[in-house]
Amino acid sequence: MPDILINGKSIPAGDDPDMPLLWLIRDILKMTGTKFGCGIGACGACTVMVDGVATRSCITPVGLVEGKVTTIEGLSAADQTSAVQAAWIAEQVPQCGYCQSGMIMAATALLRENPEPTDEDIDAAITNICRCGTYPRIRKAIHRAAELTRDMTRGGVANG
Amino acid sequence: MVKLSRRGFLIGGAAVVGTVATGMAIGVGFLSTIDTDGLSGSVLPDGSLGLTAWITIRPDGHITFAIPRTEMGQGIHTALPMLLAEELEVSLDYDNVSVEFPTDPLPVYANFTLALGKRPEDAHGVGAWVGRKIFGMVPYIATGGSSSTVDAYETYRKAGAAARNMLMQAAAKRWQMPMSALYAELGEIVNRETGERLGYGALAADAATMTPEKNLALKDPKDFRLIGTSTPRLDIPDKVRGAAMFGIDTVLPDMLFAAVVQAPVFGGHVKNLDSSKAEGMPHVHKVVNMGNAVGVIADSYYHARKGMDALMIEFADGGNGDLDSAGISKRLKAALDGKPNHIHENVGDVDALLAKGDTLEAEYETPYLAHACMEPMNCTALYKDGKAELWMSAQSPLAMTWAAKEVFKDLSGGTVCHTTLAGGGFGRRIEKDAAVFACKLAAAMPGTPIKAVWPREEDIRHDMYRPAARARIRATLGADGLPTAFDYNIAVQSTLEGFSSRNMPMTQGGPKDPSNVEGASHLPYAIPARRVSNATVELPVPVGFWRSVGHSNNGFIVESFIDEMAFKAGMGPFEYRRKLLAGNKRLSAMMDKLAEISGWGTPAPEGVVRGVSFRPSFRSHVAQVAEIRLDSEKNLKVERVYCVVDCGQVVNPDTVTAQMESGIIFALSALMYGEITLEDGAVQQSNFPDYDMVRMANTPDVVVHIMENHEEPGGVGEPGTPPLFAAVTNAIFTATGERIRTLPLMNQGYSFA
Repeated sequence: MPDILINGKSIPAGDDPDMPLLWLIRDILKMTGTKFGCGIGACGACTVMVDGVATRSCITPVGLVEGKVTTIEGLSAADQTSAVQAAWIAEQVPQCGYCQSGMIMAATALLRENPEPTDEDIDAAITNICRCGTYPRIRKAIHRAAELTRDMTRGGVANG
Repeated sequence: MVKLSRRGFLIGGAAVVGTVATGMAIGVGFLSTIDTDGLSGSVLPDGSLGLTAWITIRPDGHITFAIPRTEMGQGIHTALPMLLAEELEVSLDYDNVSVEFPTDPLPVYANFTLALGKRPEDAHGVGAWVGRKIFGMVPYIATGGSSSTVDAYETYRKAGAAARNMLMQAAAKRWQMPMSALYAELGEIVNRETGERLGYGALAADAATMTPEKNLALKDPKDFRLIGTSTPRLDIPDKVRGAAMFGIDTVLPDMLFAAVVQAPVFGGHVKNLDSSKAEGMPHVHKVVNMGNAVGVIADSYYHARKGMDALMIEFADGGNGDLDSAGISKRLKAALDGKPNHIHENVGDVDALLAKGDTLEAEYETPYLAHACMEPMNCTALYKDGKAELWMSAQSPLAMTWAAKEVFKDLSGGTVCHTTLAGGGFGRRIEKDAAVFACKLAAAMPGTPIKAVWPREEDIRHDMYRPAARARIRATLGADGLPTAFDYNIAVQSTLEGFSSRNMPMTQGGPKDPSNVEGASHLPYAIPARRVSNATVELPVPVGFWRSVGHSNNGFIVESFIDEMAFKAGMGPFEYRRKLLAGNKRLSAMMDKLAEISGWGTPAPEGVVRGVSFRPSFRSHVAQVAEIRLDSEKNLKVERVYCVVDCGQVVNPDTVTAQMESGIIFALSALMYGEITLEDGAVQQSNFPDYDMVRMANTPDVVVHIMENHEEPGGVGEPGTPPLFAAVTNAIFTATGERIRTLPLMNQGYSFA
């Protein structure tokens, strides 16, 4: 099997094309930020991005992965948090935090596609489960991240 | 990975644990040495200085707080450090402080309030003395019952004050100044006269040799700097970077992975196992028959699951193969028709009053509920040279050491449980079953760490469920429409009996378990004659603590029935409750605030209908108004929930708000979808499609108001959950005239709009 590009690194995909991407990431690469929640693509805790698209890694066989994989660990450069992560901190979103990697990946993918989502857009795109019920704060954080990104872009234009 | 004992005075505690583990007799003389307040200093092996059992300061000034309570989302790894930092006089920033769950089971780390039902500062006399002695031998370190802040509120502030006092003594000695000339401010001791400052890091080594003064005065609440302010949570930066480590994230050198499958019928066991195919698969190391379950050990969880799918297992049903939900419902009904087996509250002549006047009667039935924490059940275990080591998102590391004791014959090397962050707990993670399986698997491969993870299907099918229940209520209304007599009887399994029989040295509970009727007994409403009883039933379905425990059942039933009485009396549900609470100033003020923020009494927006509910629990009081929209097809939208909470002195307001939001949404999932049903002795649900949850699109806006006062602190992890059920179903009644007496709503034709 060809290597897989995960967070910019070329990774051998192993000997089993049926192995879900989640277990390559968690158990072989020991990157534990991406979570196991249901194993059937129902809860979204395992969400990563493949070429910027939110993808449930627990039902994505490594043999079918084409494109660049980004996990929560690859979302921000070294010590920098992304706009979404910064918004998540500002809104104090996580409680237990277990679903939040997947939520942040889903939100990041949404904002790439749709930089200014409405509440309805958020309802449609964020179908992940959070048992702590952080949804109201996730909604606020997505709007805040959109704002942060817009401001950064405008600032960039003004300064550039 | 193993750390040496944190502090000098711990030696007593560590010795006790070893003693209990090896079953040696403990002399009374020894007992007297283990009474400690945890306030002495010590030098740790890494050169850090321990100032009390909760605070460690490095020479560079970095502070680590040892917090022996499990962070499972409730914010306790920020709230308890706030209590310490308030008196220690340090700021609480992610960059200057760390929080860790200590592995040494010190007696002072025991959760006094959870175990004895009393705050440590309220416990006096022989009972308290005995309790403290027992904790000396078996420190009950556990997180549950919304008790952590309640238990810690005074103890932790005292510890912070003691550490500050030790630092001031060290500075006074260095400067040769009287203590009165010094004060502490943001991690430094300041010399009032010269303006000189010394950082805590520079003073810590000297401070650790000091004995804190006794009876240090604690701050007046008006001088609080941190307590009562919305302090950013210390665990959030790691959680948004994917760096937070949950039990399931444990990675150890040469670790192998396991998946577990259990006998589907409760009480069942493995009758025949053919593991030859699985054991011949690449990456599979071993298949272990654990009696009531089978574990497959492999190079990854994926390979373990593949091995599991290749197993040929015949399970025996243990005689429970005929159990089903219809049968259980019949059992509950029959118990209700028989005689109660315990009366918890009996005031006034209920029977005489029920015989006359305007009476009403109703029966309600509720289902079993699973916890479905986002982090599936798991535990990592390593057994080597007579020593067991566990890594687990446990609500009680103590219980997990008991799991090791149950499995391993030789524990001469001791047992250590490393308690991690928990991906949800809700009462599920206080159970030791996952640790038992991990230990059994580790026993099969000594020297190799085994991470045993349950498939989600196992997590749902082998929970310790919130019990199903059926209750009958009767009441008589007086001429003024208010109840004169209230008779409540519930058929239910005892959660305490289930929990203690599985996890504790002695079985408690049964008919006298107060949680059977909590939420119905000792109501704050002024009802002259009250009888609250239960008819407990014994069933093979394991039941346990589920967020808010008995309040989830009884709160829904009682608060629905209050509305039934109000309707019969021709009074508004808010007005009715307000009258029943008229004698209670604190609760009346709370209800008035709820009316104010929800606009109760003013016309609702077009198409919106309101319902109200109120439930005190875990030393706090929560009242809620739900605003719903409902169409003729029973498509339900809960648009907004107004929530007023009085939890006494607030530590971190934003955390209180978050816990109310959380409790409300948790309850809404249960209200709409939650039910565990049985067929042929096995649970029918298995994963999120058939045990579904509220998602973003179904989430109401939640508006929280916190009553401000300096009363004793109450819990906040659970009290937000109970009122929501009836707030919504009472609104449904107002909208349609349909009284919901059986849950979940989806079985009554409702779905989310």
